[in-house]
Amino acid sequence: MKEIYLDHAATTYVREEVRQAMSKYYSEEFGNPGSFHTIGLRAKEALAEAREKVRKLINAGREHEIIFTGSGTESINMAIKGVAAANKDKGKHIVTSKIEHEAVLETCYYLEKREGFEVTYLDVDRYGQVNPEDLKKAIRDDTILISIMYANNEIGTIQKIKELAEIAKEHKIYFHTDACQAGGTLDIDTQNLGVDLMTINGSKIYGPKGVGLLYKKMSVKMHPLIHGGGQENGMRSGTENTASIIGFAKALELAQSEREEENKRLLHLREKLVDGIKEKVPKVMLNGHPTERLPNNANITILDVEGEAMMLYLNEYGICTSSGSACTSLSLDPSHVILAMGLPYEVAHGTLRFTLGKRTTEEEIDKVLEVLPGIVQSLRRISPVNLTLEEVQK
Amino acid sequence: MTETIKIESTTADNSADVTAGSKSWFYTDVVKDHFFNPRNLFKTNEEAEGYQYDGMGMVGSPACGDMMKIWIKVGDGRIKDCKWQTFGCASAIASTSMMSVMISENEGMKVEDAMKLKPMDIVKRLGDLPTRKFHCSVLGDKALRAAINDHYEKSGQNDKVEKEKVRVVDHIAKVTDHDIEEAVLEGAVTLEAVQRKTKVGIGNKSCLPEVEQLIRFYKEKYYGAD
Repeated sequence: MKEIYLDHAATTYVREEVRQAMSKYYSEEFGNPGSFHTIGLRAKEALAEAREKVRKLINAGREHEIIFTGSGTESINMAIKGVAAANKDKGKHIVTSKIEHEAVLETCYYLEKREGFEVTYLDVDRYGQVNPEDLKKAIRDDTILISIMYANNEIGTIQKIKELAEIAKEHKIYFHTDACQAGGTLDIDTQNLGVDLMTINGSKIYGPKGVGLLYKKMSVKMHPLIHGGGQENGMRSGTENTASIIGFAKALELAQSEREEENKRLLHLREKLVDGIKEKVPKVMLNGHPTERLPNNANITILDVEGEAMMLYLNEYGICTSSGSACTSLSLDPSHVILAMGLPYEVAHGTLRFTLGKRTTEEEIDKVLEVLPGIVQSLRRISPVNLTLEEVQK
Repeated sequence: MTETIKIESTTADNSADVTAGSKSWFYTDVVKDHFFNPRNLFKTNEEAEGYQYDGMGMVGSPACGDMMKIWIKVGDGRIKDCKWQTFGCASAIASTSMMSVMISENEGMKVEDAMKLKPMDIVKRLGDLPTRKFHCSVLGDKALRAAINDHYEKSGQNDKVEKEKVRVVDHIAKVTDHDIEEAVLEGAVTLEAVQRKTKVGIGNKSCLPEVEQLIRFYKEKYYGAD
């Protein structure tokens, strides 16, 4: 059975062009960019080229502002803990939002628990957006960092990053954005966005896993997390993962050059999917923002059935999705993102996320629309629950 | 006795065999079988509406992620038939289905034995569940006890009604559900905190999923959902 992969927000495959760009750097050009011989220098040049490519793509000022790491999670940890450590004399208050990825939330919990920081978690509205006025109110004299994600991994809602970063600038507070879900589809011009720090990773943009980027403006004071040989301008020691960095740069280049065209295609398919589900399945709602959302994200709630059950049924048809229900998480609680939008537990338990990608076709969407209504009907028949959209949306 | 769920499709050629899909599965084959082919369901709405039952029990809510409803028919002190509905994940659906088989198979389970059915008995018949899924199976037996109590009340056997009484959760530490309720009432709302108060599950980890479910249940009961 041909598998239909609709979980691109979890991870993407590695594009052929990317794989080819990387392949040379395993056994042929294996050198350590820190070595002084020819083999090492060739690796150093290749690395410098990749860095320059990324610098231009995100419109950073200097090459030292590009820090390659081992993952998006590492970049986020470095941005938050590194800025916290270097600026704690100025203050110990951080502002973030309630719908951030665990990489941000858990890092903040750590700083609260172990390092005596205070963190304000901003609410979001019904569509998952942070209100800039709330940010203004949350800022204190001792606020040293604001970290708000660019686009949400579960619901795809895009934040008003420019506006939020502008507020941070007015108050002279560093602004970090987790752009892991945005790297392939949105504008990542750091000057245009006005951010001081930005995280992107390879595994969501058809690049390799195990490589991340942290953009850090020169003026930002930050301590490294990993000490050693002083690679990445002293910010991230450890022999550079040359092949993956080159793959990352290639993937970002391709994604950015194709994004306008590809976004249109994804948007069309996403609309077809959402409209089709709404037409064929009663009592369905789209979670997140109706327009300010990633073009490939459809997060829906189907009432009276539980998300994991739907996901496993779809999986039997080779359709790969994910769910925000408690049963697919490690905790007993359903998605913190759905709950933060003020939606009840009933809604969170019945969520299903489809995230489309480059290989997604019309036929695949047709297949989902063909199979899903029957699955829902079967599960509803054995469900004792009978909710209405009105009662869960009030 | 097996009723197979047929995926109602919108097109004719879509008669996919739902067990042919993935090779590696998160659950055991028995769980998978009961999830995709749940037993003892109402076949039609008419059957559900006209079902002459002796007892009905319901537990959980869609907000807590699991909800079960069980109907039983009783004869000669045994459970003669059982129907159910479940809102929940694969473990919850499979657990209820398996329980319905266990209490109604052969000549039917004695009502007093059914009253004593434990989540672990169901989990064993399912060939195990992933540890973090145990909590999905702990509501079925509660719904069953509620159905049996309902039957006792309806048939004038009020002396036999067993209100959810104190139940030992951890047989080694002899901790009961009431102890956990007390701990939660005293402000211990995490497993760690409850363990500090009760020593529950220390050296007997098998009861932890149930303990966590209880903590959550009492936490919601007394302090409301987060």
